[in-house]
Amino acid sequence: MKKSLVLLLTVVFAISLAACGNNTNNNAGSANTSSPSPSASESAAPSESATPSAEPLSGSVIASGSSALQPLAQAAADKFMADDQYKGVSVQIQGGGSGTGLSQVSDGQVQIGNSDVFAEEKLDADKAKELVDHKVAVIAMAAVAHKDVGVDNLTQQQLVDIFTGKVTNWKDVGGTDAKIVLVNRPSSSGTRATFEKYALGIKTEDLPGSIQEDASGTVKKLVSETPGAIGYLALSYLDESIIALKYEGVEPTTDNVKTNTYPVWAYEHMYTKGEPDAAAKAFLDYMMSPEIQQKDVVENGYIPTSDMKIERDAAGTVTNK
Amino acid sequence: MRAKTIDRIATGVIVAVAVLIMAVLASLIGYLLFRGLPHISWHFLTSFPQAIKAGGGIGPQLFNSIFLLVLTMIITIPLGLGAGIYMSEYAKRGPITNFIRLVVEVLSSFPSIVVGLFGLLVIVNTFNLGYSLLSGALALTVFNLPMMVRLTEQSLRSVPQEQKEAGLALGMSRWKTITSVMLPVALPSIVTGTVLAAGRVFGEAAALLFTAGMSSPRLDFTDWNPLHPTSPLNPMRPAETLAVHIWKINSEGLAPDAGEIAAGASAVLVITILLFNLGARWFGRVLYRKLTASK
Amino acid sequence: MNLPASEVRSAPAAKERRIPKHLAEEWRGRTYVYLCVLIMIVTIFSIVYFIASRGLAPFISHGVSVSEMMFGLEWRPDGEPAVFGALPFLFGSFSTSLLAAVIAAPLGLCASLFMTEIMPKLGKTVLQPGIELLAGIPSVVYGFVGLSVIVPFLRDVFPGLGVGVLAGSLVLSIMILPTVTTVSTDALRSLPRGLKEGSMALGATRWQTISRIILPTLLPSLLTGVVLGIARAFGEALAVQMVIGNAPHIPHSLFESAATLTSIITLSMGNTTSGSLHNNALWSLALMLLLMTFVFVFVVRMLERRVKR
Repeated sequence: MKKSLVLLLTVVFAISLAACGNNTNNNAGSANTSSPSPSASESAAPSESATPSAEPLSGSVIASGSSALQPLAQAAADKFMADDQYKGVSVQIQGGGSGTGLSQVSDGQVQIGNSDVFAEEKLDADKAKELVDHKVAVIAMAAVAHKDVGVDNLTQQQLVDIFTGKVTNWKDVGGTDAKIVLVNRPSSSGTRATFEKYALGIKTEDLPGSIQEDASGTVKKLVSETPGAIGYLALSYLDESIIALKYEGVEPTTDNVKTNTYPVWAYEHMYTKGEPDAAAKAFLDYMMSPEIQQKDVVENGYIPTSDMKIERDAAGTVTNK
Repeated sequence: MRAKTIDRIATGVIVAVAVLIMAVLASLIGYLLFRGLPHISWHFLTSFPQAIKAGGGIGPQLFNSIFLLVLTMIITIPLGLGAGIYMSEYAKRGPITNFIRLVVEVLSSFPSIVVGLFGLLVIVNTFNLGYSLLSGALALTVFNLPMMVRLTEQSLRSVPQEQKEAGLALGMSRWKTITSVMLPVALPSIVTGTVLAAGRVFGEAAALLFTAGMSSPRLDFTDWNPLHPTSPLNPMRPAETLAVHIWKINSEGLAPDAGEIAAGASAVLVITILLFNLGARWFGRVLYRKLTASK
Repeated sequence: MNLPASEVRSAPAAKERRIPKHLAEEWRGRTYVYLCVLIMIVTIFSIVYFIASRGLAPFISHGVSVSEMMFGLEWRPDGEPAVFGALPFLFGSFSTSLLAAVIAAPLGLCASLFMTEIMPKLGKTVLQPGIELLAGIPSVVYGFVGLSVIVPFLRDVFPGLGVGVLAGSLVLSIMILPTVTTVSTDALRSLPRGLKEGSMALGATRWQTISRIILPTLLPSLLTGVVLGIARAFGEALAVQMVIGNAPHIPHSLFESAATLTSIITLSMGNTTSGSLHNNALWSLALMLLLMTFVFVFVVRMLERRVKR
C-alpha cells in the first residue's frame, strides 16, 4: 500500500517538476512558434505569386474583433478550410469587439481586424491610415419595440425625441398609453454609433433609468419582455417576439437598404495592416466570392456589398455606383 | 417561561431560514434541470455548435472545459504544493512570511475580471500567446494557486507532529520527511480540496473571455498531435469553454434554439459541478480509508 | 515552523559526511519550494504593475484629474470634451454588494446556527453540501437565472423595469451566501465546548446561549465572513452585468437601472481600442477594483487580529 502511495507521489512530483520546467519552456517555445507563423506565410507569398498553382498555399490567419461579424466570418472560415485548395491554411476567428480587433490588427497581433465601424472612427488618424479596408458585407439595423406599444412607424424627429428623453410616453407618438423604456447600447458600441449617425443624426447622452446592453440577444430578450421597451437590432435578430418599426415610413428590408431608401445600415469591415499576405488574401478573396457572398452572407442576414446600388464613405457621403 | 417562548420562536426562525435556503437551492437546481434536461442528448453533448441553424451541440466546448481544467491543474498543482510546503514547513515567523501570507490572501481575492484583463494585457498581448488555452490556463492559475497553497498548508499542518518527528528522527532530510511521510498523510484532504477548487475553474467565464477567447477553431477529433492547429490537444489554439459558450449564446446567439442550448449547457455545467462535489467527497473518503487501513 | 530550526538542522548535520546525497536532495527541495513562492510574488507584483501602468495613464498623460474620476457624476467617454466621472459606478458597486451582504448575512448566520447548534446531523448531510453546491454554480448560470426568473418577477411585482440594483443584489446575495455561511460555520465549530455547556448548565435556553454568549464572542469572525462576501460581490462581473441595466447614473430607487465598475468594464472593453483615452479610463476602473481588493484584505486582517486577541 505504502509503495503504491510513494509511487503515486513520485509520479505527481515528476509531473509537477516537468510541468514547472515546461511552463517556462512553453512560454519561450510558444513565442517562437507564434511569431514565425506570419513570417512563414509572408515568405510563402513571393513563391505563391510567382507560381500560383505549383505550391499549395499554407500559413495561418487570425482574425479578431466585431462580435456581430464573427458568425459570418466563422462560417466562411469553416468553408474555406474545408476547401481542398486551401488545406494548408488555418483560419481562426476571434470575437472581442471592434475596438479589440482594430487595435490588434494595428499592433500586428492578428492579420485581420474585424470591425463594425470605419477604423478612422476608433483609431488615431496615422494608425488608421496604415490599415487597408475590405468591406465584406452590409448590416442593417431596425428600431424595434415591444409588441403592445401600438406604433409601427417613427419619424426621425420622433426617434430623436424618444432617445433624448423628450418624449416619455408612447401615446405622444401615436401609440398606447405606456411609458417608454429605452434599451440602448453602451456609448462605445459600433451598433449605437451607426444608429445614432444614420437614424437619429445626432449623438445622444445616456439617460438615467435607461437600460444598456451590448449584446443583441439580451437586447432582444429585454425588448420583447419589458412593456413599452424600444431598442435597435440588426435585421438578422428580428422575429415575431418584437416589432420592427418603419423609419420615416420605410420598411427595414434588404431591398430598401440596397437603394439606401432605408439609411440605417453600416459596412462590416475586415482590416489588414498594409496589403494582406498570401494566406490572408486568399481568405479575403474567398470571403468576397459568390460562394460566400450569395449564400452565407444572405443566410446570416447581411447584405452582400456587391448588391448595394450606392457607396458610402466614413463621413457618410453617398455616391451612386 | 418567557425565555422558553423566545427560544422556541428563535429556533423556529432559524429552522425556517434553513428550509428557505434549501427551497431556494432546490428550486434553482430544479429550474436549471427542468429547463435543460429535455435538451440534453448524446448528440447534444458530442456535436458541433451551429451558428444560425438549430440543432447545434456543445461537444467542443465540453472538451475545451475539461482540457483547460487539466492544463490549469498541471500548472497549479506543482506550484501550489511547493508554495504550500514552504508556508507550512519552511517559512520562519517574521515579516517575510507575513508578507507572503498577505500575497496569498490578496491573490485569492482578486476579482476574476481583473485577472482576465491582466491576462489580456500581459499573457495574450505582451507575451504574444494570443487567445489560447495556455493563456486561459495561466490566468486561471492565478485564481487557483492561492486556494491550492492554503489547502496544502492546512493539510500539512493537520498531520500529527509525531509522524513528522519520527521521520526526522530516522535521519531523513526535511524534504524527504515532507514528501514521503507527511504528504501521503495529507493527501486525502488535498485531493478533496483540489477537486472542489477544480469545480470553480470549470465554471469560470469572466477571466476566460479575455484570455482563452470566444471561439474554437474547427477541431479535428481524429488528429491528436498537439502541434497541429486543428488538433484538440493543441494548447496554443483558442478555446471557448462551456461557461463562455453559455455567455455567448445568451448574448449574441442567432440560432433559433439558442435559449434551449443555453438551458441545456447550464444543466450540463451544474450536473458536472455536482459530480465534482460528490466525486471529491467520495474520493477523499476512499483515500482516507485506504490510508488508515494501511497503517 | 513548528519545530525550532536548530533541532532540525542538527539531525542531518551529525551525519553530514555519510550522506551528502541527502543534503543535495534537501537543497533541491528547498530551491523548488522557494521558486514556487517567488513565482507567486512575481505574479502579484506584475498584476499590480501592469494594471496600474494602464490605469494611471488617464491621470498622467491625458490630464484627467483624480478627483473628477472619483467624484464626478457624469460618464461621457465620447463627449466633447470627454468626461470621466466614475462615482455612479462606485456607488453601484458599493450599493449592490452591501445590499447583497445585508440580505445574505442573516441568512448565512441562521444557516450556520442550524448546522452547528440546532440540527447538526441534518445540517451536515443536507444543508452543507447544498450550500457548497451553490458555491460551485458558475456566475454565468446565476446571470442566466437572474435574467430569466428574478428580473421578470421584479418587473411584475414592483414598479420599474425589473433590472436594477435590487435584481443585482438578489443574484449576488445567493452567490455570496456560501462564503458567509462557511466562514461563520467554521467559527461556530471552533468555539470551545465549555463556553456553551457552561451557559446551558446555568439554565440558559439555547437562544439565550446563542444570543448572549456565542454571537458576541464570534462577532469578529462573523464580520470577516461578511466582508469576504462583500469582496466577492464587489468583483463579480458577468452575473451582475446581465441584470443590473448598466445606465451610467446614480439610480433613484432600487428598481432603476444602474451600473457597477465591473459591468462597465465588461460592456465597453472590447469596443474600445487599446491606448485610447476611453480604454485607459476603463483600466482606471480596473485599478479601483484592485485597490478595493487591498482594502477588503486589510479589513479582514484587522478583524482576524481581533479574533486572535
